[in-house]
Amino acid sequence: MSEPDALSAAAAPADLESLQAVRQSPIVDPGGLTFVYRGAAEAVRLRLWIHGLPATQPFERSGADDLWVLRIEVPENSRIEYKLEIVRDGREEWILDPLNPLHAEDPFGANSVAQGHGYARPEWTVRDPRAREGALEDFVVHSAALAGERHIGVYVPARFRRTRRYPLLIVHDGLDYLRYANLQAILDNLIHRLEIPPLIAAFTQSPERLEEYAGHDRHAQFVAREIPDLLQHSFPLHPSPAARGLIGASFGAVASLHAAWRHPGTFGRLVLQSGSFAFSDIGHHRRSPTFDPVARFVNEFRRRPGAPAERMYLSCGIYESLIYENRSLVPLLRQHGIEVRYEEVRDGHNWENWRDRLQSALTWLFPGPLWMVYE
Amino acid sequence: MSDVLILGPQYRTPNLREALASAGLSGPVATITAGWQEREGELGALEEHLGQRVRDLRLYERAEGVLARDPPLHEAYRQRQADLLRLQEIYRGRLDHAKAAARDLLAAPDDSQITRWARRDAVATLRRLDATHLRMIERVHERFTAHWSATLQPLIAQQQAEIKHMIDEAQAVCIAGGHVAVLLNRLRLFGLQRLLRGKPLVAWSAGAMALTERVILFHDHPPQGAGNAEVFEAGLGLIERTVLLPHAATRLALHDAARVALLARRFSPAACHTLDDGSLLHWHRSRLRTATASLRLLRTGGTAAVEAAA
Repeated sequence: MSEPDALSAAAAPADLESLQAVRQSPIVDPGGLTFVYRGAAEAVRLRLWIHGLPATQPFERSGADDLWVLRIEVPENSRIEYKLEIVRDGREEWILDPLNPLHAEDPFGANSVAQGHGYARPEWTVRDPRAREGALEDFVVHSAALAGERHIGVYVPARFRRTRRYPLLIVHDGLDYLRYANLQAILDNLIHRLEIPPLIAAFTQSPERLEEYAGHDRHAQFVAREIPDLLQHSFPLHPSPAARGLIGASFGAVASLHAAWRHPGTFGRLVLQSGSFAFSDIGHHRRSPTFDPVARFVNEFRRRPGAPAERMYLSCGIYESLIYENRSLVPLLRQHGIEVRYEEVRDGHNWENWRDRLQSALTWLFPGPLWMVYE
Repeated sequence: MSDVLILGPQYRTPNLREALASAGLSGPVATITAGWQEREGELGALEEHLGQRVRDLRLYERAEGVLARDPPLHEAYRQRQADLLRLQEIYRGRLDHAKAAARDLLAAPDDSQITRWARRDAVATLRRLDATHLRMIERVHERFTAHWSATLQPLIAQQQAEIKHMIDEAQAVCIAGGHVAVLLNRLRLFGLQRLLRGKPLVAWSAGAMALTERVILFHDHPPQGAGNAEVFEAGLGLIERTVLLPHAATRLALHDAARVALLARRFSPAACHTLDDGSLLHWHRSRLRTATASLRLLRTGGTAAVEAAA
């Protein structure tokens, strides 16, 4: 790989010889990223999901026929997910970057990942072999509210003891948090580091999330009443709202806020990541019809927020179109006496963004015994 | 007054065996590992290091048993812990403001007489806040004791007799680190202050903190918050005029002169001593007799090797 400094001074990439020798893409420098693609094509484009930038950016053919280069300016500490669009024989194909070993998976497949200058994956997101592993148990909830059975995964921390009382965290899109945000290992790690207390986590996964997570009263009943009722028969749960939390991302954040709002006094702690909080001050919101029930709820919530929780953690990537909605929510929550911690990061609407915020969120809402333990 | 050997953390490079040998303590040893909570009594590594079997007083398990036998007592105990937690939160909030003011003044380049007065007063404010907090904690404990000691006494009498017997049979008692609040609660519950009096003690990390007059919690780089050191509770008071700071090398910003100076001034006249790997302080008849691998925090913001009293 060529030296990063060789590319930092100007928008033009380094000399042809060094680009041809590139084995890994993109090339990272403090001012941006230089993407390199080698292969026969009629056109090569970068497809990325950054609010404010064009969704498609063309590579330029550089000298030799099969060498394609694109440089974009990217602020420090950015993390970007992308694909390459290759045009051959008039056909477009989206592919992972063959010169980039970094991928991020999500329910729709996988994207290549460009880590901007200064970004490093937090070490607590990677399983620490010293951390004892909690267990994941399968439970069936016979839900009257949802008129059917629902499977939930229940995380039980290592060294679980019946004589203790545990906080409960209910996770919307729970299986996705496990698969794509490594939440089980993160819980193990943060408990091991004494940054959060041992807790019970319930992972729910809706088969109809765009409907059930969009301000759905029966789903709120399921989350706020039926899951805790079932689990408190099996585990010694602390009854205080300060020991009850909900977490969700995107529509899952809407479901979390809605459930807490519909059942005040139940959940004292909320983690709302990149919430799809569509609203309109006047007229109709400008998103797809899927957001209609969300906007109805959020508009109602903005009129009378009440006291859904004592403490909330919110985060949003500044490369997301939802940044406006999330920023707008924060002063409203604070005005109503809710303790809010809000973080903006240079990332998009994706699971690794949500993964990287979990330490900040969970240690804020459920501080562990770090201050108390001196081994 | 007990003879106490004070050690740093023992899990990486233990020096417990050497410490016992240096004090001529070669007989049977009893341990208190209540700070390990559910891991209490997992003594394999300790016994391997010492080369002898030891008996654990099982204070954590005993306390669980006592509380389980009387649900109203258990509930009152939990309520007391909730009250103490709330008190700590209130104190922490007040401390944030007072500490920020003191730190700004200590770091100010201006060294006029006015600034010096303001500095002294800012530190005095912190000290008053610490003292008030400690008094309020004591009040919560007194209220609990006044209501529940008659219920508690018959429940713990048998346990106390067993504990006393085990202590009498041992030449020394070792108090391990761990969760300092859990440890301190169990030591208080079974009246260990009285039972340990006169017995040679070896204590490390949280175990040593619990023996001081004031337990100070500290971490300069926590995942959340300003990292203000805070008074937690009164300890057993077997080690006087000393604040012990285990894991100081990793938990404290010892290079930050303003932080170090403030810590030293705030808890003065108690001396702030670090406890890291290899530390060994011998507390004998209310003074330090020997000191190895421990730093004293100075009012000027630096550190110096702890020196034993002449």
